[in-house]
Amino acid sequence: MAGILVIAETSDGAVSPISFEVLGAAHKLSSEGGGAVSAFVAGTEAEAKELIAHGADTAFAATNPTLASATADAFLPAVEAAIQQSGADIVLLGQTSFGRDLGPALAFKLGSAIAMDCVELKIDGGRLRATRSAYGGNARAEVTWKGAVQVATVKAKTFDALPADVSRSGSVTTLDAAGEPRVKVLSTEKASSEGVKIEDAPVVVSGGRGLGDPSAFKMLEELSHLLKGATGASRAACDLGWYPPSQQVGLTGKTVSPSLYIAVAISGASQHMAGMSGSKNIVAINKDGDANMVKVSRFAIVDDYKKVVPALIEEIKKLN
Amino acid sequence: MNPFDPQATEAALRLKDAAGGGKVTVISLGADSARDSIKHALAMGADEGVLLSDPGFDGIDNFQTAVALARAIQKVGEFDLILMGRQAADWDMGVVPTGVAQLLGLPAVTIAKAIEANGPTIKVERVLDDGFQTVETTLPAVVSVSNEFGEPRYPQLRQIMLAAKKTVQVWSAADIGLEAGQLGAANRWLPLEALYVPKVESNVEIIEGDSPEEKAHNLALKLRAAKLV
Repeated sequence: MAGILVIAETSDGAVSPISFEVLGAAHKLSSEGGGAVSAFVAGTEAEAKELIAHGADTAFAATNPTLASATADAFLPAVEAAIQQSGADIVLLGQTSFGRDLGPALAFKLGSAIAMDCVELKIDGGRLRATRSAYGGNARAEVTWKGAVQVATVKAKTFDALPADVSRSGSVTTLDAAGEPRVKVLSTEKASSEGVKIEDAPVVVSGGRGLGDPSAFKMLEELSHLLKGATGASRAACDLGWYPPSQQVGLTGKTVSPSLYIAVAISGASQHMAGMSGSKNIVAINKDGDANMVKVSRFAIVDDYKKVVPALIEEIKKLN
Repeated sequence: MNPFDPQATEAALRLKDAAGGGKVTVISLGADSARDSIKHALAMGADEGVLLSDPGFDGIDNFQTAVALARAIQKVGEFDLILMGRQAADWDMGVVPTGVAQLLGLPAVTIAKAIEANGPTIKVERVLDDGFQTVETTLPAVVSVSNEFGEPRYPQLRQIMLAAKKTVQVWSAADIGLEAGQLGAANRWLPLEALYVPKVESNVEIIEGDSPEEKAHNLALKLRAAKLV
């Protein structure tokens, strides 16, 4: 078949982990007859070689300095050159700030469609078929494409990256093209998160509107620190200003898949579930025994978190 | 009304308030719910509405919607800024704002939490996955608004009464130059092959105890036994 092009992204000079996951997805499609895997990155030969080590058969290193703006305007001509040279008819990106902007812009530019935040991808009759969630996470939709080039963004933590194999060989092509950005980036502030990044944390303790008071996050932080994890929040809690949006877990927030997710006073609406249903083990602490979060969890305590959480902290300290 | 649409309307009204003038036109596509969305926006303080209504819009996807909105915007004519909610609550795709921008050849800024108008340019603070970013672009432009923008204003009685007198034009697919081959579910750019609700099994173990402290104790033991803590 025509082939799969992965648009990789970088952060702090290295290829972002989600791009390796997307390469994993591309590898799966390739094994189903989707064709060869190529990858595109705004960077040097070093980043291109990393992509080959993680499963790309060929890599495009786009070197134009304008790409540092990370805007769709700058990337489109370079990506289009890579599509043309690779002959790919499937283009994959990660569902990230970058992918959410570049993906749709690319699809419309090509006169084709894009499926966002896909949780499943397969080759069916020589063409791509994708599964994604809809209706706030309540439903699943399976889609195909009318247009020639099939663009999709891939949900984080859904596909596994291949283990890096530096002995893998592949060709690297440098691309010079870039577009003129019409949007000027004035400043970027990274959210200051002390400790583990929530997407990578083995344990996440999250709080919702049911906490009743933002000061409750202090005890959730104490619990997550004790468990060497991160603290998250539902969108409702973030909208109330109780916790920073960078820690929001959900459909329009982060996707996490820790070994242990402790949901404190969170009802478990589908939009929240969309961000953490991949957690290996869920614990719910909620006064409402009928809450959806209680139903989907492995262990649940139906009681007042104000009493349960401090006691749980003491119990875990005793165990250690 | 899509959950992010009141925020887009709020964004428009805040800019109008800050500028001390200007016109806010609300466009919505669909059946009764679209008409209600327009009414709500007019009651918040928008000046006029355009309802895109046609049997050919039944079952269309986000891409066909972006085409229709782009055509409607061109028909409205003069505009400085197009504001939209970041995504809709049915398909959760978040592609329409970028799509409309691409179709109209305009710069797009997505997931805005604050907008400042400075004559021919706007400064927008946007939300990234791991922080914030401030960008600047020239008008005309498309900006999509996110929940971080803040509470939309509640319609006040005076505006609700004024809203009844505001004009709402109704345009069909033909009015905005769309042909049969662009309409209906049969012409989706992203055909929907299946739609279902996944079954969720409940296997929860409710941790019992005579007190919250005892329950916490029992939970800790279970978590330790499962090697989770």
